[in-house]
Amino acid sequence: MFRNQYDTDVTTWSPAGRLFQVEYAMEAVKQGSAAIGLRSKTHVVLACVNKANSELSSHQKKIFKVDDHIGVAIAGLTADGRVLSRYMRSECINHSFTYESPLPVGRLVVQLANKAQVCTQRSWKRPFGVGLLLGGLDESGAHLYYNCPSGNYFEYQAFAIGSRSQAAKTYLERRFENFKDSSREDLIRDALIATRETLQGEKLRSSICTISVLGVGEPFHILDQETVQQLIDTFELVGEEEGPTAEPDADAGEGVAAEQGDVPEQSGAADQGAAPMDI
Amino acid sequence: MDSNQAKQHNLLGSEAASERTLYPYVTGSSVVAIKYKDGILMAADMGGSYGSTLRYKSVERVKPIGKHSILGASGEISDFQEILRSLDELILYDNMWDDGNSLGPKEVHSYLTRMMYNRRNKFNPLWNSLILGGVKNGQKYLGMVSMIGVNFEDNHVATGFGNHLARPILRDEWHENLSFEDGVKLLEKCMRVLLYRDRSAVNKLQIAKITEEGVTISQPYALKTFWGFAAFENPTVGAEGSW
Repeated sequence: MFRNQYDTDVTTWSPAGRLFQVEYAMEAVKQGSAAIGLRSKTHVVLACVNKANSELSSHQKKIFKVDDHIGVAIAGLTADGRVLSRYMRSECINHSFTYESPLPVGRLVVQLANKAQVCTQRSWKRPFGVGLLLGGLDESGAHLYYNCPSGNYFEYQAFAIGSRSQAAKTYLERRFENFKDSSREDLIRDALIATRETLQGEKLRSSICTISVLGVGEPFHILDQETVQQLIDTFELVGEEEGPTAEPDADAGEGVAAEQGDVPEQSGAADQGAAPMDI
Repeated sequence: MDSNQAKQHNLLGSEAASERTLYPYVTGSSVVAIKYKDGILMAADMGGSYGSTLRYKSVERVKPIGKHSILGASGEISDFQEILRSLDELILYDNMWDDGNSLGPKEVHSYLTRMMYNRRNKFNPLWNSLILGGVKNGQKYLGMVSMIGVNFEDNHVATGFGNHLARPILRDEWHENLSFEDGVKLLEKCMRVLLYRDRSAVNKLQIAKITEEGVTISQPYALKTFWGFAAFENPTVGAEGSW
């Protein structure tokens, strides 16, 4: 995108019918570090890459618990994300207090989207520079939504946002049809592999990623470092075989991909018994 | 000098008289409700008393709320109408989301509790005892809220005199999985006792039923009563001059 004379104000349309400030806000999301979400019928897994600025500092928090049944992963201006998380927590807790029952995710998503839209139609405001992946559980099952700075929201089976998210999306696109009936463990595994895809060859360690799970009978919580490292170690054995060879073959045809798909599944099944999921 | 005094009076606060509920005017009598096999049954008579006068005899004291609940009230009828209006607005906004989610009985009960308690804290209560019952996703729910915001859930609830006359009967004879006919019989037994013993009861009642399928509120009808006791014939026979 190049600078032009219609991009100073969010309340200025371009002749082509675009609001450039909103589009620039979405650019900010693309610059943030990756966040990934996937869901099955009963669980939602949110994962993100947390790279600390330097070895001396701690990394930024990008996954927030909004309520027992809702969690959010953000990409972009984390400060904006924090403020929106506070708003979401407030809405959830007020609803719980008045109605003694959890706020349906779909409604929170719409409230959030309306809040974002306001910032695209006021000359004294700027759009939020953060994309939010909301995972939540309600009466109709598990849901994953993506909230845009533009005020749009979409529901997804799986999605990734932030820098190098395309690599994760490619992986997810190959596998998403199975997610609906995935087990919790498989879902976490797919999230880890998708996260690894965004790292472009860098080694996946629990110190640079965060995984969170929520599901039926399982309130939202972030997995601790040890558990994540154990999971990575378990899956890495499988992943090393699949990762480098699967990518170039993805275009070569489904037969090849299916073949690659079988190998991890077999050893995955064998490993599942061994991995201690003490969460 | 007079104007000085008036000014001092002003400094003390608002001139308006205190406006808060002091006592009810047109009141409804007891409401009794039970859980049964398919849902909830709720009975209330149709009387609106003006003090000790049985003034209004076609007051509907049980109303459906949304798709999943029914609300019965005793106490001040105008406050009940106000509550119905508030709930109507609540259900309207809930429907406007148009997203497949809907407020169930538990949510409505909680909302009512908040409303009643907040009014009580302002010393301006809605002078009602409310019974909220409903079914959602196969789950039956029956709860009560009083005018001071006390709320609880149970298998059978009653308001006012019903607590003293009907609940003991229910404690003995209520059981899980009552059929519809047995449930109605049980409620009629309670309402009959209330009719005999509660001065503010009238012999014209409605029974409301709510199940997963929906709400049905019966047409008004009267209970059969029996007054042919020997003691009622020639009651003054042992005490001439009395009445």
